[in-house]
Amino acid sequence: MTVLAAPRPAKSAARTVLGQPAPGPSAVRSAGKWLRTASPPLLLMAAGLAIWQLVVTADSINPQLLPGPWLIVRSTWDDRVDIWPAIGVTTEEAVLGMAVAILVAVVIAVSIDSFRSVRGSLYPVIVASQTVPIIALAPLVLVWWGFGLLPKVILVALFSFFPITVGLVQGLGSANPDAVNLLRTMRASRWQLLTRVRLPSALPQFFTGLKISVTYAYSAAIVAEFVGGMQGLGVYMTQAIHDAPVRMDLVLGAVFVIALLTILIFVLVGMIERVAMPWRPRS
Amino acid sequence: MNLGPSANLAVRGVAKRFPAGEGEVVALDSVDLFAAAGEFVSLIGPSGCGKSTLFNVVAGLERPSRGQVLINDVDLGDRLGASAYMPQHDALLGWRTVLDNVVLPLEVAGTSRKQARQRAMPMLERFGLGEFAEAWPWQLSGGMRQRTAFLRTVIAGQPLMLLDEPFGALDGITRADLQEWLSEVWAEFGATVLLVTHDITEAVFLSDRVYVMTPRPGRVACVLDVKLPRPRRLGQREDEAFQALEARLRHELAAAMVSSH
Repeated sequence: MTVLAAPRPAKSAARTVLGQPAPGPSAVRSAGKWLRTASPPLLLMAAGLAIWQLVVTADSINPQLLPGPWLIVRSTWDDRVDIWPAIGVTTEEAVLGMAVAILVAVVIAVSIDSFRSVRGSLYPVIVASQTVPIIALAPLVLVWWGFGLLPKVILVALFSFFPITVGLVQGLGSANPDAVNLLRTMRASRWQLLTRVRLPSALPQFFTGLKISVTYAYSAAIVAEFVGGMQGLGVYMTQAIHDAPVRMDLVLGAVFVIALLTILIFVLVGMIERVAMPWRPRS
Repeated sequence: MNLGPSANLAVRGVAKRFPAGEGEVVALDSVDLFAAAGEFVSLIGPSGCGKSTLFNVVAGLERPSRGQVLINDVDLGDRLGASAYMPQHDALLGWRTVLDNVVLPLEVAGTSRKQARQRAMPMLERFGLGEFAEAWPWQLSGGMRQRTAFLRTVIAGQPLMLLDEPFGALDGITRADLQEWLSEVWAEFGATVLLVTHDITEAVFLSDRVYVMTPRPGRVACVLDVKLPRPRRLGQREDEAFQALEARLRHELAAAMVSSH
């Protein structure tokens, strides 16, 4: 996908620029590039949906068992008054959960990087904690924190903080030792070392971790809603299943919506990544 | 562009041992060295002779196992911040523009970035980097990266500068140009310079005095005074006196290598 970081040009290529700032790609060229990168997967998806539609129509499969994509889209659109607020609720849970995850990851990663004792003690525990099936914890989280927003945020954060933490820890550790020593000879404080060298060095890996995490965020929020929610996309799906007759079109419609939202948030993170690291060469 | 007085440097009996397995490695064995205020002094030796270790000790990055380092006749103990250090690889921060890399020492010392930029800009012009102030480091050629790193070292305004093989990664032509340039610039700002190099011509061309070091354990094998007229020009490398010094240095280095085996 285009949102993935563009590879840096080879050093020798950069050298030929000889100090001249590289000419930025024109809007037309970048749009053309986007089209070239995005069209193969889009075409593949369109082909898949078309085959699905054809099979469903030709074999006249019962739409309560497997509705075709067209019916799914139409029914979901017709039901927009109900699904719209559900999207808002789940998005709030996912975004707040991600925010908490980022905060927690920064605190953990910086302490792991700053204190050897924390690296020795906390880091292995956090890695080991990932063997705990977080889905199995969902009912407990709800028992402890009720059925409101908080347990969903906690669950999303639990799902998401690990890749961000690992990315940050590795990124902080990847700081160029020459640069660290240079700052030390300037009598830089720990804070200055962190903000001037370590954190900027960690940004690429931080965003890699964040991109992995955001793909979990909606799924985690929906699992939490399955287990004990009053509103949101998870609840919307549960209700559609329990409708008589079962509204498979709306269940799958919600799945479509979740996939779209996840792609959207992934692209958004990619855009933030570009803005946050303007120094990265664009190819 | 006089950025303050120069300082004298005295290294007295400095030894550095590192634990290695059950025993220890003697990186430096009682090194003595002196640089008067405003002198340009070079350390030359084969790899493994402890040049970089000695450098780190003088810069305060490592503590000596024995001996003293005096700057203006005072042993500060903790010497971090007492000299300006230019590491072997330029160590430019990729997320900062040329200008913001240059102002780093001022910023770390507490000057606001805006003020630091105002102070740095005229110097950037003087160093031929003016039009690249807003360029990212990856957009620069190797020679310009070194100029940027050197300006970052100069702007710190320290009376003692430590240059660790500043031109080691450059091609011969760029390197010679930068040596001449460094010689000119140094004549202007007048700080004391300690340079680590493995390039004989570079050592002779730039220095007032050259210390030849031997490896394993690192110690000073001999000291060579370079009494060539200044300002120095690249053409001087063809002079008889220059080449005699080069030959002498090459001979001493070879002898140092043999005696260490």
